[in-house]
Amino acid sequence: MLINVHRPSPVPDLDFKVPSGCGLTGLISQKGELLPGDAIYRSLCSMEERGNGLGAGYAAYGIYPDFAANRAFHLMCDTEDARRAAEAVLRRDCTIRHDEPIPTSPVKALKNIPVLWRYFLDIKPEAVERVGGGATEPDAVVRLVMEINRKVDGAFVFSSGRNMGIFKGVGNPEEIGEFFRIPAYRANVWIGHNRFPTNSVSWWGGAHPFGLLDWSLVHNGEISSYGTNRRYLESYGYWCTLQTDTEVMAYLFDLLVRRHGLDFDLAAQVMAAPFWTRIEREEDPEARRLSSALRAVYGGALVSGPFAVLVSDGKSLVGLNDRIKLRPLVAARKGSVSYIASEEAAIRCICPDPEALWMPDAGVPTVVTVEA
Amino acid sequence: MTTRAPAPARPGPAAVVIDATGLHYRVLNERIHAAVAAGARSIVLEGVCGQRYIGDGLEGDLAIEVRGVPGSDLGAFMRGPRIDVRANAQDGVGNTMSDGLVAVHGDAGDIPGHSMRGGRVYIRGDAGYRVGIHMKAYGDEFPVVIVGGTVRDFVGEYMAGGLLVVLGLPGGHGRPPGRANDAGRLLGDFAGTGMHGGAILVRGAVDPRCVGREVAIDPAGPADLAALGRFLPEFCAAFGLDAAPVMAGPFQRLSPRSNRPYGALYAY
Repeated sequence: MLINVHRPSPVPDLDFKVPSGCGLTGLISQKGELLPGDAIYRSLCSMEERGNGLGAGYAAYGIYPDFAANRAFHLMCDTEDARRAAEAVLRRDCTIRHDEPIPTSPVKALKNIPVLWRYFLDIKPEAVERVGGGATEPDAVVRLVMEINRKVDGAFVFSSGRNMGIFKGVGNPEEIGEFFRIPAYRANVWIGHNRFPTNSVSWWGGAHPFGLLDWSLVHNGEISSYGTNRRYLESYGYWCTLQTDTEVMAYLFDLLVRRHGLDFDLAAQVMAAPFWTRIEREEDPEARRLSSALRAVYGGALVSGPFAVLVSDGKSLVGLNDRIKLRPLVAARKGSVSYIASEEAAIRCICPDPEALWMPDAGVPTVVTVEA
Repeated sequence: MTTRAPAPARPGPAAVVIDATGLHYRVLNERIHAAVAAGARSIVLEGVCGQRYIGDGLEGDLAIEVRGVPGSDLGAFMRGPRIDVRANAQDGVGNTMSDGLVAVHGDAGDIPGHSMRGGRVYIRGDAGYRVGIHMKAYGDEFPVVIVGGTVRDFVGEYMAGGLLVVLGLPGGHGRPPGRANDAGRLLGDFAGTGMHGGAILVRGAVDPRCVGREVAIDPAGPADLAALGRFLPEFCAAFGLDAAPVMAGPFQRLSPRSNRPYGALYAY
């Protein structure tokens, strides 16, 4: 099989290095109210010190009400030719309802800006049938995204959900936020990321959030099990093409939660598995058996190394730390709006007086869900 | 042992007030340094929200009151001043500090007292993970961290010297909802992992399963109670608490079984 021959041009980061870590922030309205993008923008920009200008991004849910029933694909392409090649693959499997450039504003500081295009589309029933084996529409979407990202040189689908979108690139949170006009969107779930790349290259596709279907995920840390996780995911048809360790966690959530039906607590037990010493101490034999079984069955999905992640599927906002808490995470709530961020100040600058504010336990997910 | 008298907790009428609202941390810290250079001995910072490195490297007789949540590494490398935070603090309070006092009137994040060499860090509420990681004492330098509420995993990790105290008092808000009164969780897991000097005094019961293998648990002895007698009254005064019931204990002492726990780890 071909693999994508695209070579992202890395930005040398030696001159940028600062002793810092990535910044994460997210907010959700449990009542489904649309929150202006200005809030996430200010929260993320308040953590300027956590990034170094080599990546920032936002994910927003509820932003495409006019096309709520269609898939919204966001593509980044090196050239117009690459976009046309990707579009040919889309036309094979999809009915395109509408397409347009992703609206942007000029920001002088940004370089190597790719062609950015969004498609509102429906997967053709025959494309779903072609996947076979009782496949569903989301399975066909995953296959299509993987095909474009692997095989169409210089074209990447970086957002493929419904009524949601990911916006990201190489720049700081102000630049990327202004470029994509983030303050003008309104969404009921937002996540944002300010990047300080350590072990992976800086390019537009490598910025966070990472997404697939309705998932979006941002990460602070380093995934030292990347190789193991990547091979494990390949056996389920997920191909990592974006040259950043975080990509595996977005696909692991899709595999564990959507395909295997685990809830967020169980998925967290897989990815941030409790130590055997803690499992042995567990007094309830059923809980002990479950924890042991999850570790045995899902060894390839254990994520080692330091991490704090925020993940959303549009219905929930979830924060999760590695099991020994090597990256910061703070959560808060006021009324129907909940917040999770790397720093308390990133919450306080948009919500000065939360009703509750706390630090989640390591390896235990903080799950906030929109009321049905 | 350094026992310099702390500056007054409440700034007097001569306090210099700096409005930190919207200021970048570099600008704010330059203004603080300029005020100190101009002779200020008492500074109030209004509208603080996330500015890092406040009080870093400052020396001598100086009181700073922080209104709002300061950013990470508050009071790092500090030698002498007193900082009162009238809110929660983020990560790394008192990082490598060598003298003075930081009093956090709310909760603190992870690694308060990281690599501390001397002085005191007092936290009224709860503190996060790795409190006092790699604290060390030498000669007259003796760092002290006192947490009024609870701490999470890895308290006193790689601790080489000084005193860590966990009081388990109510009033902290740092723990997740529903887990605030988790009985027996004063310390989290892996307490004292890699510890090879100093002592952790805990007011309340200690579950031996939550303590690193290299750590012994004993009832506090007369020397421990004497150390508490030296620092707890100052802690209680900083937060307006009655010292007598806090002093009553009972206290457990966590101390290293060996001063070289990993001496044979990589020696085959």
